[in-house]
This record gives sequence, structure tokens and C-alpha cells, in this order.
Amino acid sequence: MTAPLLSPALLTRNLVVFGRVLRASGIAVDPGQLVDVQRALALITPTDAPQFYYAARAVFVRRLEELPLFDRAFALFWSELARRDLLPDFPSPDGRREDVVIPLPPEPEEPVLAGMTEEPSGKRPAGAAATVQEHAGTDELAPPREQVVPIRTYSAAERLRQKDFGHLTPAELEEARTLLQQLRWQVGRRRARRTHPAFGVGPGRGLHWRATVRTSLRAAGELTRLAWRVPKTKPRPLVILGDISGSMDRYTRLLLQFFYAVRRGRSEVEVFVFGTRLTRITRDLEHRNVEEAMRRVAAHILDWSGGTRIGAALRTFNRQWARRVLSRGAVTIVVSDGWDRGEAELLRTEIARLQRTSFRLIWLNPLLGDAQYQPLTVGMQTALPYVDDFLPAHNLASLTDLARRLSDLEQRRPLRRMHR
Amino acid sequence: MVVRLPHHPALQSVEALEAALNAHGYVPDPALSMALYLALRMEKPLLLEGEAGVGKTEVAKVLAAILDAELIRLQCYEGIDLASAGYEWNYLRQILALRVAEASGAARLDDVFQREFLIERPLLRAITAGDGRPAVLLIDEIDRADDEFEAFLLEVLSDFQISIPELGTVRAERVPAVILTSNRTREIHDALKRRCLYAWIDYPPFEKELRIVQTKVPAAGEKLAREVCQFLQLLRRQDLYKLPGISETLDWTHALVVLGQRELDEAIVTRTIGCLVKYQEDLRSLRPETLAGLVRQARE
Repeated sequence: MTAPLLSPALLTRNLVVFGRVLRASGIAVDPGQLVDVQRALALITPTDAPQFYYAARAVFVRRLEELPLFDRAFALFWSELARRDLLPDFPSPDGRREDVVIPLPPEPEEPVLAGMTEEPSGKRPAGAAATVQEHAGTDELAPPREQVVPIRTYSAAERLRQKDFGHLTPAELEEARTLLQQLRWQVGRRRARRTHPAFGVGPGRGLHWRATVRTSLRAAGELTRLAWRVPKTKPRPLVILGDISGSMDRYTRLLLQFFYAVRRGRSEVEVFVFGTRLTRITRDLEHRNVEEAMRRVAAHILDWSGGTRIGAALRTFNRQWARRVLSRGAVTIVVSDGWDRGEAELLRTEIARLQRTSFRLIWLNPLLGDAQYQPLTVGMQTALPYVDDFLPAHNLASLTDLARRLSDLEQRRPLRRMHR
Repeated sequence: MVVRLPHHPALQSVEALEAALNAHGYVPDPALSMALYLALRMEKPLLLEGEAGVGKTEVAKVLAAILDAELIRLQCYEGIDLASAGYEWNYLRQILALRVAEASGAARLDDVFQREFLIERPLLRAITAGDGRPAVLLIDEIDRADDEFEAFLLEVLSDFQISIPELGTVRAERVPAVILTSNRTREIHDALKRRCLYAWIDYPPFEKELRIVQTKVPAAGEKLAREVCQFLQLLRRQDLYKLPGISETLDWTHALVVLGQRELDEAIVTRTIGCLVKYQEDLRSLRPETLAGLVRQARE
């Protein structure tokens, strides 16, 4: 009989270490899984690496994307075990049983990003204290730097709302961010197939039997009140595709805040950004703290302020994500100035497809804020026929309008021309 | 006495299960065999994810055949609710019973919420004793259902019980093997995933697909089967919106057999490509030269 692979005494500890390796690789691991994998291993008593691998994989991997991460972590773990001679032959060379200490994979370096300098944070108590220290010698009564956001008068607030994002001063930027976070984002609701009972309304989708019978019990079976099945409404999912290439640079900072604000309020929002490639940043934006979220986004994106290939990005989206995030009548918002270095035909095909699979396709263009703007670029011209709503996105006022529009969406799909 | 999965010879080891699957015409990959084996032995549900048409549903059917178990199928869709999936009261009977009791002057029928008035739907059927046979519960396309349904499913799958407000909790008289399938049009929530073991079913490699075709469409000759599978491998490398799955392969092979083909040629492929490729853009992007090239390569 071949020897069991790892001694039971070490197995538990090694599995815990393996769990940590997995976590470091980006796979969430909960204690239940560690218990499960032990049970699994006990059931199959693995005698070689593939068996161990498949058993662990069945327990730890929960989605397709985790598979390559798992493979890497497992390879690391296994080679370390082999190195310490903890595979079939026990004990290790000097006769003692050692615990396996796996070096964790190195932290991914945060790339230096062009065009994304650190904003002066509004809250910096440590800095304030330092300021006080600095001045201690000279003037003890010098107050710490003012951290309070100035209260503006109405007209000043209105001016802020109208001011183009690209022209905001750092202080105004800060204010704009705060205001953005306060906007309410509701997207129009759609009729779902799920129903709930309601009295006194029209036929809806037929009688709601359970509620009707229960009510009738009070009258010994007389159907005194009829309950009807009325469809529930659910909010439409929202998908945002944001252009973060060089030409959008001035707006990117604020627009990311805008994406964050939209994401925070609601559950079914997916956010992607693109330049030369498409990156999904929905998870990064999930953080409670907006600065942390921005930091994560910055770390995740590799193609800041580069060129734009809108068609290629849309094609990636259509092939890999559309089926997953655009079902259930989703509204798609593309945020871009339309400056495109890719082929027009590709853009045309992909945006046509995007329009077909979305309930509504909205294109936000910061350049529309300029009254003189004409959509003359090839990219914009190509895309325009396939867009349901062409709207500006250059200042707070335009975003507020967008919020209002979204909450008032018509129930029906917009009428679209049939395109060849 | 709770009916569980039997101590079937196929469940003695991973190898035994694999052999049984093969014997019944299903060609598994090692990851799937392991995941299925563990799911059955650990009595956990198995979540199968993969593109449409790669054979996820087939696993459950074959498993039921191997174990001589009752296959109970629950097809999910958006808005699927308790009444369609779990149970429903037989309202008409209830009302009639109330009326009869009233009319005949018999003692008032106080409780119409008895087991006899309960209609069992798949989930409830899966956990009630039935005829003593073990059961395989197939919850198909769970990604088409919504959050509310998943929440309900959680209770059933974790404790194998269903709470019926009027009746009480119905506990399992039978613990079924549970297989969930998903086409990934939506991310299943973590709470549900945590209950399950997981396997991803990919498009098959050449050898595997060939075996499947030969098993399922024996009328296709050796030459045709080989050429068909070569063609599919090449076709799946094209940039298509929707790659054809195994079911498309089998449909196409069937069609070719019906048309009397012993081998592939460009003309027949062009005319029958609709069996494999079903999206307009994909059809347009497969220009005649491309198809011709693929056929040529497939025949080498």
C-alpha cells in the first residue's frame, strides 16, 4: 500500500498554510472550506499530486476566474512541499518533522500612473498636528491649516455646478466630490416576472390564490376579497463603460468619483474602464472608503491616459461580459469623447451589438458641454446612429440631469432604426 | 429512516465513478469526476458552470441512470417562485372542502392546510420518500432565477428541509444528490456557492469529443466522425460570439448522417453551418474562404 501523502498531524497545518497562500493569491477562503477539504482528502486518501489537486480544486475554486490563480498557488505550495521533502518520504533529512512555511507570493507592485497625482486630502489630522509642531517654535498661536470646506452661497453653489470639471481648482474638486456622493441614483424600474399579492387592483397576472384563500378563511370559504398577482418592479441593472485614455484625462478623476457614487447606492451596477484594453473595476469600487476605492482602481488599471481603441474594448465587453451583465433589461452608459484610434468598422459592429443587447444605450460626452462642439471625429460619427441618448457629462449639472433621466426612464425600449 | 444514496459500487472510488460514467456514454474530465465523487460522498450539492451546450445537464441524467435513481428536474427561470418549485396548496380542493363541510352541516372543517391538500413540486418531491428510490435533483440553469429564489434554495440545500408556514417544517425523508447548472449569465451568490462544490465544464478536446460523437452517433462512420471533430476544434478557435458546444456537434453529425454524408466537403458544410453557428454576426464573419480553409484543414 502506498504511503499516505502527508502525515495527518501536519495535514491540518499545511492546509491552513495553503489557505493563506490562496488568500494571498486573491481567492477568498473561509474556514468551512478548510474543513471540507480535509473531509474530501480523508475520503479519497490521495496518493499523488493530481488527486490532491483535483480534490482541493473542487472545494476551493468557486468561479472560473479563480482557476489560474489556484493553479499558481497550488504549484507554489507543491513545489515547496517537494523541496522540503515532505512528499512520500518522511521525515525530513535531519530526522525532525518540520512545519511547512510557504513564502507568500510578493505583493504586486503598484504601477506609477501618469496623470493621477495625489489629491490633497480634505482630512488630515496628522498633517494638522505636524503643522502645529512646526510652528511651535515661532508662533504658538498659529492655528492649524483650515480643513473645513467653505460654505458657499447659492449662486456660488450654482456656479460650481455649472463649472466644467476640467477647470475645477483642487478645493472645488473636493466639494464636487462631496456633492457627487450625495446625488441619488435610481434607475427606472422594470416589470419583473415575480409577482406579489395586492387587493383592490385590476386583474394583473391572475388571481393570487394563496392570499385569496387565506382571506376567505375568515368568511368560512366565501371569496369575499380577491387578491391579484401584481408584477413586482425591480431596478434595471446599469453598466458603465468609461473611457480613461489620454484625451479624457481632465475628466477622469471626477468621472471615477461619479462611477463610485453610482456604484455605492445600488446593487446591480457594473463598471468597466477602457483605453487600450478593458478592465472591470466593479469590485474595486466596492470599498466603503472612497479613497481606498480610488487607490484600488488606480492599482488595477494598467492603461491610463494612453490611446483609445473603443471598438476593441467594446468587442471584448460584448464577448466576455455582455451575456453576464446585460440581461434583465440593463441600461448601458458609455462615457467617452469619441476620440478613437481603432478601426471604424469594428466600432460600428460592436456598438450596434451593444445597442441591441441593451435596453437603452446612453453616450455621455464631456465635450458636449462646449456649445460649439460638433461630433466630427470619426469615432463619434460612427457611433452616433447607434446611441439612444447623446448627453453631456462635463459638470455637476449634467450629471444631476442624468440622474433625473435615469430615474424617469420610459418603460418601453426606445424605437430604433433598423441598421444593416 | 431517511433514504440516502445507496452504497453503489460506482461510488466506491473516483476511478469507479469515472468508469461508470464512461460506461453510460458520458466522457468526464478528471476535475469533474473528482468533484462529482466528492459531492456525492460528502452529500454536498455540485455546481456545474460552463458555456451552453457542453453537457452539464447530461451529467445529472447519466448519474440518475448509474444509480438507478429518480431524476427530479427543476428548470429555473426568472421569477420562479415557491409555488412552482417547492409546493402549492390545492386551492380548489380547499375551497370545495370548506363548502362541502358547510353545506352538509358537518363539523366545521377548521384546518384545510393538511398534507392532503398540498401539491408537491420538484423541491418538495425530492426530499419526500417517494417510492423509496434514491433521487438526483437537477436544478437547471440556476443563473436564470433571481435572488429571492436563491435565498429560498439555500434553506432547502443546507438543511434539506422546507418550511411551510401553515404546516410546519417538512424534514427530509430522502436526501437527494443535488446538481445545479449555470450558464454564467449571472454570478451566483456566495452564500449558495459556499454550500456547493464546483466544477467548470469546458469545451472538449479532440479525443474526448470524438469519443462522444462515436458513442452518441454510431451511424456516423469513422472518417466522418474524425473530420467533424477536427472541424469543430478549428471552428472554436475562430473569433465567434458564440462557440458551438457539444450538443451542436451532435446535432450536426446527425444532420450529416441523415444527408448521407460519409465525409466533409465544402458545399455541405456551407449549407449546414447553421447547425453549428446560430448568430447572424458569426455567420457573416465566417466567410466562404474561411470555411473552405477550415474544411481543408479538417480533412488532413
